Amino acid sequence: MTTTHESAVVLRLTGMVKEFPGVRALDGVDLEVRAGEVHCLLGQNGAGKSTLIKVLSGAHRPDAGRVEWRGVEVAFANPQAAMKAGIATIYQELDLVEGLSVADNVFLGSEPRRLGFVQRGQMRDAARAVLARLGHGEIPVAREVAKLPSAAKQIVSMARALSRDARLLIMDEPSAVLAHDEVANLFRVIRDLTAQGIAVIYISHRLEEIRDIGDRVTVLKDGRTSAVNLDAKSTPTRDLVARMTGRTIEYVFPPRRASPPSRAGQPLLEVRDLSLDGEFANVSLSVHSGEIVGIAGLVGSGRSELLETIYGARRASRGTVAVQGRPLRPGDVRAAVRVGLGMAPEERKSQALVLDDPVYRNVTLATFGRYAKAGFTSATGERSAAGRVADELELRPRGVDRPVRTLSGGNQQKVVVGRWLLGGTRLLLLDEPTRGVDVGARAELYQVIHRLAADGLGILLVSSEVPEVLGLADRVLVMREGRLIHEAEASTLDEHTVLDMVMAGSLLETEGAG
Amino acid sequence: MTVLEKAPPLAAPRQQWSEPAKRNLGLVGVLVAILIVGAITRPDLFLDLNWLWHNELLILTQSSAIAVIAVGMTFVMIGGGIDLSVGALVALTSVRCTTVATQQFGSGGMIFTALVVGLIAGSINGVLIAYGRLVPFIATLAMLVAARGLAQMISGKLTQRVDVGNVLINQLSFRSVLGIPALVLIMLVVGALGWILLNRTTFGRRTFAIGGNPEASRLAGINIRRHTVLLYALSGLCCGIGAIIVVSLSSAGAADHGDLYELDAIAAAIIGGTALSGGRGTIVGSLLGVVIFKGITNLFIVNNLEQEYQLIVKGAIIVAAVLVQQFRVTALWRRGGASG
Repeated sequence: MTTTHESAVVLRLTGMVKEFPGVRALDGVDLEVRAGEVHCLLGQNGAGKSTLIKVLSGAHRPDAGRVEWRGVEVAFANPQAAMKAGIATIYQELDLVEGLSVADNVFLGSEPRRLGFVQRGQMRDAARAVLARLGHGEIPVAREVAKLPSAAKQIVSMARALSRDARLLIMDEPSAVLAHDEVANLFRVIRDLTAQGIAVIYISHRLEEIRDIGDRVTVLKDGRTSAVNLDAKSTPTRDLVARMTGRTIEYVFPPRRASPPSRAGQPLLEVRDLSLDGEFANVSLSVHSGEIVGIAGLVGSGRSELLETIYGARRASRGTVAVQGRPLRPGDVRAAVRVGLGMAPEERKSQALVLDDPVYRNVTLATFGRYAKAGFTSATGERSAAGRVADELELRPRGVDRPVRTLSGGNQQKVVVGRWLLGGTRLLLLDEPTRGVDVGARAELYQVIHRLAADGLGILLVSSEVPEVLGLADRVLVMREGRLIHEAEASTLDEHTVLDMVMAGSLLETEGAG
Repeated sequence: MTVLEKAPPLAAPRQQWSEPAKRNLGLVGVLVAILIVGAITRPDLFLDLNWLWHNELLILTQSSAIAVIAVGMTFVMIGGGIDLSVGALVALTSVRCTTVATQQFGSGGMIFTALVVGLIAGSINGVLIAYGRLVPFIATLAMLVAARGLAQMISGKLTQRVDVGNVLINQLSFRSVLGIPALVLIMLVVGALGWILLNRTTFGRRTFAIGGNPEASRLAGINIRRHTVLLYALSGLCCGIGAIIVVSLSSAGAADHGDLYELDAIAAAIIGGTALSGGRGTIVGSLLGVVIFKGITNLFIVNNLEQEYQLIVKGAIIVAAVLVQQFRVTALWRRGGASG
């Protein structure tokens, strides 16, 4: 431990700033990485980790700040430049060509060649050597990558980085795709690499992993570093979580209703022991009319899959979904829509909108049949209905004839939500409703959600931002690794507790608090 | 439920030329250009109004079969699919409706048979794609091969003449109503019905939605599978109508009818602005595309030029049409690029 801490600093970032339209993703980030250490980056979703990686790997250019790489100030114009300098990034979605062999992938773009011919034999030998260096000489270099398990693919991706002589490996949640024993194996590989003096930036939501593999930790919050170079082994969990929470960004939530909605009587939505193999198991929950129920959970916890299964977009393996006491046919979206379910899915652009169509046709996508007479659509009827939605949700610009593509993220989301205000919807499923939405439009969406609940709609929402769930919901369900692990009134919870439950290595388990 | 009660009515949207309308106007411009080239190269013919009128009617008559098929193709392509089997379906239907057994039932029986056979074959395409989850390209490619083979089997590779007794079919190709050939009228009626179906009905709305974003349509509660079957059935039905036209023009059914019609129909739709990726396209554009192709063929014939040249020109036109479209899409994308 002491040896790594005293080794040379290879990377030093100071005051990194990166702005996107409407949001300051990085707002002064400092980072210091030493040769041969595993440096962990910790932070909530939206804290700026992904942006930081992209800046480091040359995919984004920072607006301000200084990058010092091995003692020299640098600015990477593109990912190739970063790669050439010795910084390799291994993304969650591995950038491998599935149809090519392992050796081809390792040397993709830098194939050993002579007179324009690829030296296949030489390439395979070199690939074998690199894989052996990673302790995985058993991976056949001629095998098609598509046929490898995901753990092996990750090794191939790392082999590529090594073959380019990387001195810094950035790994974005590498364990997310791995089984438990494969994680142990990955850690062994990482330790071998650091022993050779290679630095690793390791991003993970799992605190236990950070304890296990990490040397030092830098914590990000709201695009700033809230703590640098904490000791990964000895810093108490409580401190780490504290550094990640406590928003400085203004979340403007509407005031809480004086009287919480009644949970008496028959629930609007009743889910019992719902399971989807490989995604989540034995989930039971209920939503009453006028109630906002929030599910807190990380990406990959099964929360989006849960919403999609309730909605019928996926067919449940077991369990039932009932709306006002009547069971819903599994895997049948149209049945769900008929009884009054509506969903705003996670991926707005690919799952919810016909981007080149005008706003009004997107608003009436689920209901145009209602305005039609004898099969003939009524553009006038649809336009005026969409106009009412635009007024109700304060759509900007208000015109319903412009292509929905030209709207901002927040207004696109209003179109998606507005779609369900026309059709007798009783229960709205909102998956990450404020993703990619700037701060001002967020506040408006929060208002809308509250108004809809006040009008008697039931709302089930999912968000990876804990403050959002706490600020909006009446009742909070915590989901982790496919299970609901906690349920409580929102007023009895705080960000700390929830975040701690959401992340593995929970306070409740490890320190017996709570 | 009652979230939205009343709001002031919206002002009517400003009337302006939409993107597809501008494009169609451009296609009309191409037609005019063809005429001008004709007038320059063969002033003796093109400046003779009587000749010109009959020549244009001839072009339209020659366009009619492919135009009808292109209407069905446009629906399929806007819905995000493609139908490679149309030419083979024309052959199959033409053969099936000219068998001795069918011809006993007279012209009405033949027409009915053609429509039903087209409808059934198209539905098979649709079921394979929607429920068998085959890629449209593969499913209809298989149908292309199989339908052509079936046509050869039924006809024994012989040309089946239409009985002189079946007056309606025989005369369809040279009868006129108010000076307009009957086949041209059929084309116009099919085009008009197609336009209404596409632009004014929930069927058309679903077609655009499914082609524009299938996942969003599914999550909005649209029955994608059923609609997919209907789209291919419609294309098959159009092939049946196209086959009637072909049979009428040739007074025969044959297994080699409709050869390469799929390419002409797809090319016409693409020239007319239909996106291969779905979600965009117009009936008028596709019809103009067909007529442009036939107009070019006509131009080459009246100038006594070899056929090879016209094929090269047609190829260039397809490329030009797609380039224009890409340019427009890029411009549209740039304008909307600021959105998150």
